[in-house]
Order: sequence, then C-alpha cells, then structure tokens
Amino acid sequence: MGAQIYKNKKLIWIFLLPAFLFMFVYLYYPFVRNILNSFMHIKYMGTAGGEWNSPWYKNYLALLSDPKMKIALKNTAITIAATIIGQVGIALILALLVSNIKRGSGFFRTVFFFPIVISATALGLLFNLIFLYDKGMINQFLQFAGILNREANELIDWKAKHAMFTMLTPVIWQYVGFYFVILLTGLAGIPDDLYESATIDGATRWQSVRYITLPLLRNSIGTCVILAVTGALKVFDLPWTMFVNGMSNTWLTGTYMYSKVYSDVDYASAIAVVIVVIGVMLSAAVNRIFRQNVDYQA
Amino acid sequence: MNKKTGRTVSPAYFVVYLLLILWSLTTIFPLAWSVMNSFKNKKVIYSNSFTLPFGDAFSLENYRNIIANYDILRAYRNSFIISGTVAAAVILFAGMAAYIMCRYQFRGKNLLTLLLYAGMMFPIYSTIIPVLQMQASWGIVNSPSVGKNLLSVILPQIAGNMSFAIIVLTGYIRSLPVELEEAAYMEGCNMFQTYFRVVFPLCKPSMVTVGIFSFLWSYNDLFTQMFFLRTKENWAITILLNNIAAKEGVNYGALFASVTLIVIPVLIVYLFLNKYIIKGMTVGAVKG
Repeated sequence: MGAQIYKNKKLIWIFLLPAFLFMFVYLYYPFVRNILNSFMHIKYMGTAGGEWNSPWYKNYLALLSDPKMKIALKNTAITIAATIIGQVGIALILALLVSNIKRGSGFFRTVFFFPIVISATALGLLFNLIFLYDKGMINQFLQFAGILNREANELIDWKAKHAMFTMLTPVIWQYVGFYFVILLTGLAGIPDDLYESATIDGATRWQSVRYITLPLLRNSIGTCVILAVTGALKVFDLPWTMFVNGMSNTWLTGTYMYSKVYSDVDYASAIAVVIVVIGVMLSAAVNRIFRQNVDYQA
Repeated sequence: MNKKTGRTVSPAYFVVYLLLILWSLTTIFPLAWSVMNSFKNKKVIYSNSFTLPFGDAFSLENYRNIIANYDILRAYRNSFIISGTVAAAVILFAGMAAYIMCRYQFRGKNLLTLLLYAGMMFPIYSTIIPVLQMQASWGIVNSPSVGKNLLSVILPQIAGNMSFAIIVLTGYIRSLPVELEEAAYMEGCNMFQTYFRVVFPLCKPSMVTVGIFSFLWSYNDLFTQMFFLRTKENWAITILLNNIAAKEGVNYGALFASVTLIVIPVLIVYLFLNKYIIKGMTVGAVKG
C-alpha cells in the first residue's frame, strides 16, 4: 500500500522549484558566470559582460607575476597549515581530555563552542584591543608578569612585528570548539569494550590512544581536516576587521580578491576561480589521504 | 572505562581539568574583559584594564557615546528583518524540497542530489560578483528604498543556506515513520496537506536547528553586507560594527561598548539554545 502514496508525482515540482530556483539563480549560474567573467574585460562592476580578453587567459598570466598574489598565496598556505595543526590538533587534545572525565563535559562543550557563534567582526575588534601596543591585554599581562618593562620600551608591537601571528591566533582560536565537538562525537562512537580488553591485555593509556583511538578516529579527523582547509580559504571577516588599514604583508587570497573587486572586476573574478581550484584540489587530496582505509569504519 | 570509577582525585585528573579550565579561560576571559572595560571611562581603561568597574571607576559614558553617535536600534532592526526572513524562507523552502528529495523517486533525482552537495562547496567569493551584477540590473542594489537593499542581502543569503538545510532536513525526514503519512493519505490528504499538516510539525526540532543556524550565519556575515548595505540607513549590526571600528580608532571605551552590545544578544540566545546550535552547526558540516 505504501507504494501508492508517493506514486502521484505530478505536483512535486512545486515543492522543489523554490529551493532549486534560489540555488540556480544565486549559486550555479553566478559560479559559471564568474568563470566566464575571469576571461573577459569588464570595465565597471555594474556592467555585465564585455569583450573577451586577448589573450583570453590574460588575467591568469598577470596573476602569475603579481607580487601581492604571491604574498596572498603564501599567507593562505600558512593559514591552512596553521589551521590544520592548530585547530584540529588542539581540538583533538581537548576532545581526548574531555572523553576521560566524568563531570563537566557538558560545560566544556558549551564554553569551547561559544566563540563560533560570535561574529568574526566583533572578535576582530576584540582582538585588536587584546593585541594593542599600549594597554592591550597581552602586553599588560606580560608587564604584570615582569617579562616586559614599559619604561624600557620593551612592549611588543604585535600587529607590526608579528602580523601573521596576530591575525592567525583569533582565526584558529575561534574554531577549535567546532572541531572539538566533531571529534568528541567521533570518540563517543568507539565502543568501550575495546578499551577494556586493551587494559586487560596490559596496554597503557598512551597505547590505547595510539592503537585504538587514533585509527578509529581517522574518518572524523579527515572530516575535520577537510573542513579546516576549506574554512581557511574562506577566512575573511577577521583579517579584514583587524588589518583593514595596512594589509601589505597580511593579504590572504580572500581579502586580496575583495580589494580588487571594484578596481579590476575581471581580475578579482580570476582570483576567485583560483580560490575554488585550490579548495577542490586540497579537499580531494585530503580525502585520498584519510579515506583510504575504509575498513576501519565500524 | 574502568579507571574512572575511583573516587580519589589522582594527579593525572588534576592536570586534565587544569588544561581544560585553561582553554575555557581563553574563551571566557576576553569577553569578560571587554564587558568590564565597556563600563569604564577612558582614563580608567588607560591606567589599568584589569580592574573591575566598581565605585568611581564605573561609567556609562561609552554606551552614551555609542548610542548618541550611531543608530544601534535601527541596525538591530535591519539585522532582525534580514536574518529573520532568511531563517523563515530557508525553513519553508528547504523543508518542502527535502520532503520530496526524501520520499519520492523521480527522474533527475541523482542530478539534483549532486547539485545539492555541489552547492555547499562554492565559496562566496566565486559567486558574489555576478550576483552583484545581476541584482544591480534588477535595481535592488544601491536603491533609495531600504527594503530593496535589505532584500539584496536576504536573497543571496537564503540561497547560501539552502543546500545545507535541505541535506540536514532530508536526513531528519528519513528517520520519521512513513505510516503517519500513509494514514494521512488514506484520509484523503493530498501532498500539500500531508506535508504541512503531518510532516512539517514532526520536523520541529530539526527546523529549529536549521533556523537558528541560518539566522546566526546571516547575522554574522560581514562579506555580503559589505557589498549590499553601503549607506547608514541600510546598515545591519555587523557592518555597523565594522564602521564603528574604522571611525573610533583609538576610542577604546567606545569599541569595548560596541563589541559588548553586538555580542550580548547572541550570548543570551546561545545560553538558552546551545544544544540546538551546536548540533545544527556540526551535523550539517559532517554530512557535507
């Protein structure tokens, strides 16, 4: 009987149309249009289309010798590495710790996840204040701890001297809780009796982690790494708020793309295409590395 | 694990809790520091930013300044119009599509599924320029009407949340028993009645998750707002904050106060709904 109810398909398009119309108009069509744009000459933002560039790959040729693009690519590579090691690494340690405690895991989940719901703009502003030269939280801490002496001009100019560090700290910090929750969910899926039999066989804590937890978490860690990589390519709000003036050494592919949007539309489109290509290639690579051993999956 | 049963606190446990509490402090303290300093005037912030704002140190000057110079209420209103509409539209349209994608077999379903997952992969950078060109040609960008400008943010944001929402809701509908729908069919309900009277109410928990996620994402999204909300009357809360940051520069008190004003509503919502929020944000990510 169940077969009858879903047989009448005459009107299903009414239910599908609004959602897919939105996606077609605002995602698929612009995506293709953007690729075409990157081969064209577009004078003003408002004007759609124009003539083809000659040669048609002119923008990509220019990208190869653009010193700012080089900085942006280098910084984006650093950001990707830092997010994989920093975010997923810290999240993994925190998740392993929390999985070993009895009380308070709910509290830690709530508190660790909290920065993710805050707008990156507000956090950018907050971290500007934290990294201030004079009266910033960090420099004040270091002063109180007796590490820096204000009178001797020892305060650290974080944004000028350690720009990448200053920019990446909040970026990494904000999303640790996100990967923490994903990994904690993965940990909960590992059956307890595995650990019990390991303990009976005389395995140490560390051996249990090394030979049971990590291999079984492989898929969750893979998911986290893919999300960290694609997330790193999307980073925009925080660097933009923190370095809106004086981006010279801290360009990322995303912020550099935005800076070109109004002055050189088709060039910005080409940068966007590069961002997509890098994202797809890296995700595929990570997928290959982490998903080879599917048989681990319980 | 059997080691957990012991009642005595071993040194190892002490270290575990210590490390966890340390990380908690990194998420709690900066915000507390910001709230604390928002209630002090410039001089007090300058002399020591770690003191509590009691007695003489307490001041509302920063809030008075911000409220006098910027139309915070209008920005909140714009933000709620934008994000509320986005959340409602995503719930409505994604739910309908998810129902069909889950229950019906039809030609082209595989292609639509593929498009759905592809939709989660496009970074905003790769679509924003054509979207701007398109919306400019429709006359809803830089329009004198606030409503049209808000619409120019709402529409792309609805699309941006759609594939995530459909994927999450499809998973949820699949877990519902088919018998209820069959019973409704036997009673003579058509597809619309079956969905809106039977399936939709049952999906409430998942709808709440999707709604909150879309709302927050939209509320926090600076990039789209930078393109489409270019004048004061149109500013939503995030772009307003960005502009305060650019203008106030070294007026730290004002900056602390505006960060606090922007974060507090989100914080309150989070305290009550954190279970839904955490689930919503991670479930979708893992499935994608």
